[in-house]
Amino acid sequence: MTIANVLFKRLAPWAAPALLVLAWQWAATHGLIGSRILPPPLEVLKAGVTLAENGELWTHLKISFWRALIGFAIGGGLGLLLGLITGLSRRGELLLDTSVQMIRNIPPLALIPLVILWFGIDEAAKLFLVAFGTLFPVYINTYHGIRSVDAGLVEMARSYGLRGWPLFRDVILPGALPSILVGVRFAIGFAWILLIVAETISASSGIGYLAMNAREFLQTDVVVLAILLYAVLGKLSDWAARWVERIWLRWHPAYQ
Amino acid sequence: MTQTTLEGTAGVALAIRGLSKRFGTQTVLTTLDLDIQAGEFVAIVGRSGCGKSTLLRLVAGLDRASAGRIDADGVPLAQSGADTRLMFQDARLLPWKSVLANVGLGLAGDWQPRARAALGEVGLAEHAHKWPSQLSGGQRQRVALARALIHEPQLLLLDEPLGALDALTRIEMQQLIERLWQRHRCTVLLVTHDVEEAVALADRVLLIEEGRVGLDLPVPLSRPRARGATGFGAIEEQVLARVLRQPELATPQVDELPIAPGALRWAL
Repeated sequence: MTIANVLFKRLAPWAAPALLVLAWQWAATHGLIGSRILPPPLEVLKAGVTLAENGELWTHLKISFWRALIGFAIGGGLGLLLGLITGLSRRGELLLDTSVQMIRNIPPLALIPLVILWFGIDEAAKLFLVAFGTLFPVYINTYHGIRSVDAGLVEMARSYGLRGWPLFRDVILPGALPSILVGVRFAIGFAWILLIVAETISASSGIGYLAMNAREFLQTDVVVLAILLYAVLGKLSDWAARWVERIWLRWHPAYQ
Repeated sequence: MTQTTLEGTAGVALAIRGLSKRFGTQTVLTTLDLDIQAGEFVAIVGRSGCGKSTLLRLVAGLDRASAGRIDADGVPLAQSGADTRLMFQDARLLPWKSVLANVGLGLAGDWQPRARAALGEVGLAEHAHKWPSQLSGGQRQRVALARALIHEPQLLLLDEPLGALDALTRIEMQQLIERLWQRHRCTVLLVTHDVEEAVALADRVLLIEEGRVGLDLPVPLSRPRARGATGFGAIEEQVLARVLRQPELATPQVDELPIAPGALRWAL
């Protein structure tokens, strides 16, 4: 019974997607959906296998993954740094917060014309967009996380002689960490969204390019494959973020 | 019969002179004078807002006095180097550190054996590797007590540390605090709203009213004290009668002033 229970818990979240794929396959093979509009899942799978066999898939996947990772590292890193500055010092907040909040309200996609003018259509443009989109969720959550650290704990730690770096390392950072990690998860979501856009405008590699290229040749199966790949990549990176949460927040009652 | 005159005390003697504290226009403590002997256990009682917690925070150095001075063994407390530890009403354990690491907070070098020993003293040795969230309220306060005692403080300040505990756990904790005080011989200032607790533990019970010491009553009972012992009830009655004599709500509550948002700044 317990094994059945575990199995049910494991499989239940996948029931809806599986049913959807089955219905899709059925509708496609019975001619309810034209293959030009939406190819059956088996076709998509075949396209995936072909691309995987000739290695194209892996090349594009790798490039997209690195773009997301580096863009996120730059944007998230800067967001963390700025959030730490404004969160930890009143002067930093006075100097920086208003500016950051102003820039935050610019939709990243509105910057595309300018980004193309600045960086051309090279890697730098894509990394800029991803970094721009991931900076703010991390910034806001870091800032907010530090500000909402339990003041009583800080007072206690100070009365036990903790100052400067030890106070930050033992009290402020761990106190802000749950909030920072929420920001990271948001940022990861944004990273993929912006990467898709960046890769579809101008690219000669990456999953977005794969999709745009396939569109030119009316290969709907590859287009759908690319879309599904984004879904899988998004899910995988969210899963990785959750895994980090479980490790770093294992003290938290919610993770026990 | 009190044990304050025993030799070899590890505590400090406190001399408080003309201590005042104002929050804006609100005066909480008015030129308060108070002498506490080394190793003495003093309980401070009073209505909410009488300034008893403010007094404790001033002694702890968490707030700055508007006027007056606090001396320890003849030198200003802040410069005396006397180790002062404050225990709060909530345990204030770091939830992301193990129980053992919480006890060792702020210690350098090989602190783990010492932290283990301190945990043993409060009877929690087997919980060393748990997270604070896995402990009960009483256990958390015991960890906080171990964290304070590991520094072998000369002055231990207890700010209603048992206020949030159930009746049975309270009595257990009172006995533990008394035992540990007898072993460590530090000077203890206990702020409480429970007169019975004050009489059970203290050598002297102080009542603070209108920012001054309104009553200073020695408790000449032998330890450990039973609630039913002769004299216990009489002293408790005397303190209670005095507390209740005061008009209700003479001053608005300032005593439990929470830390205002934004009041706390940390500079690195």
